[in-house]
Amino acid sequence: MAFTKNLNLHRLKSPSIIPGFGVTLGFTLFYLALIVIIPLSGLFFTAATVSWGEFWNTVSSPRVLHAYKISFGISLLAALINTFFGLILAWVLSRYKFFGKRIIDAMVDLPFALPTAVAGIALTALYSPQGWIGQYAEMLGIKIAFTPFGILIALVFVGLPFVVRTVEPILKDMEKELEEAAASLGASRFQTFRQVIFPSILPALLTGFAMSFARGLGEYGSVIFIAGNIPKISEIVPLLIVVKLEQYDYAGATAIALIMLIASFILLFIINWLQKWASDDS
Amino acid sequence: MIHKISPTTEPLWVRISLLLTALAFIGVLVVLPVAVVFVEAFRQGMPAYIAALSDPTALSAIRLTVLVAAIAVPCNIIFGVVASWAITKFDFMGKQLLITFIDLPFSVSPVISGLIYVLLFGANSWLGQWLIDNDIQIIFAVPGLVIATIFVTFPFVARELIPLMEEQGTQEEEAAIMLGAGGLRTFFAVTLPNIKWALLYGVLLCNARAMGEFGAVSVVSGHIKNYTNTVPLHVEILYNEYNFMASFAVASILSLLALFTLLLKTAIECKFSKTGKI
Repeated sequence: MAFTKNLNLHRLKSPSIIPGFGVTLGFTLFYLALIVIIPLSGLFFTAATVSWGEFWNTVSSPRVLHAYKISFGISLLAALINTFFGLILAWVLSRYKFFGKRIIDAMVDLPFALPTAVAGIALTALYSPQGWIGQYAEMLGIKIAFTPFGILIALVFVGLPFVVRTVEPILKDMEKELEEAAASLGASRFQTFRQVIFPSILPALLTGFAMSFARGLGEYGSVIFIAGNIPKISEIVPLLIVVKLEQYDYAGATAIALIMLIASFILLFIINWLQKWASDDS
Repeated sequence: MIHKISPTTEPLWVRISLLLTALAFIGVLVVLPVAVVFVEAFRQGMPAYIAALSDPTALSAIRLTVLVAAIAVPCNIIFGVVASWAITKFDFMGKQLLITFIDLPFSVSPVISGLIYVLLFGANSWLGQWLIDNDIQIIFAVPGLVIATIFVTFPFVARELIPLMEEQGTQEEEAAIMLGAGGLRTFFAVTLPNIKWALLYGVLLCNARAMGEFGAVSVVSGHIKNYTNTVPLHVEILYNEYNFMASFAVASILSLLALFTLLLKTAIECKFSKTGKI
């Protein structure tokens, strides 16, 4: 009897002399279920009570479809911009020495630390037609705030740290010998980058891209101020969920949210897979 | 940044243009927005700034934000430490899945984070009906704000601790146990000193997010003046009332909190790189 019990335990958990497994894992699972799993599954249960027709009518209405297009399209564009500039930032921060490097390094994390509502009003003040940047854009005939362009600016802001923070450690830890070998075999610096450095940072780069994209999809606070929120022009999906809630249309809000949530889960799955790929590589 | 020409560095013009691109990107995208907050906040001078902050509505928003963070952050510290202990000191089945679940709140839109609690506790659900019958208010009240904040800041502490404790392994704890220390004593005397800086950093991030959370809190708060308005919601209300100066004045305290968080983070990192121990 004792033997089979031991055997079962052995399969689920390796033996250890450190105490507290049962109590810490039990508390972790309890708290996780209470705060995250039960409330999140509540959304799926509520969605299940929405009839198929009602669900379809909500998510296929032109206003909602347009918001999906805006949210996915602009998040994708913002993630691409962040991948390009994030790589440059990670490169500069991990390879060069320059005055004020620590400050720049700290500033990269600012979009994580600054409340989104503050970012929202600050970006709006900068890019509105009277703003520091907006007035010059206006002279060139470009409107930024209260257009989809404004949404892009906000999403580039919130997604900025991801690529830098995923790529930077890889660039720092990379063995210099590989690059020296490439150079001694006659590769130009650009060839070395393309054929030696780039393949080894690719998983991290893609991880950062996916994280930045996922963050952009869900972002609310920084976008609603600068977007102007004009239906079928500059409305994002999270805003539509809030609009439905304010009209007490819980079924509509749930239907729209369900699609976003599934998209987030797919992205989380892809990010986990990319991270595994990155750690297997290194 | 001027090195000797070497086969593993870029030509000087490449280095300079990469550096300038990086500086310009950070300058326009990050430094300017922070600068504009303070410029707009002090546009009408110091007295107007102080008046905006000492307004009773602003003060009540500050009190509420501190209260919410004071409940949510300790809850997540306890959870973060306990979960990291379970995950890093033992090997068990489904560990990776558990880590994914802990990270889940990061990938959920803040608006949806609020929505799930409205659905759970709102008048439409059976639980909500029971709460109404027993005169307990969660949504559009302080408990809702606290729970939504706990949700969005859920992973911060655990996420800082897990990679570090994973790296540190279990040898020191095993030695302590062999020498006769109990579990709690082992944690406080052996583990905690090893993780204190990462823990502090996780707490700082958790706190910054708890005090700054907007989307989730906005959905569950109902925007009741002097009752469920946190500081970020107060910023929004002032802004929508075209009271821009006051809005930026209140936003400036949140910006200071963010800058302070980053400053401490940089200080902790400096300490790490000097002692070489993490």
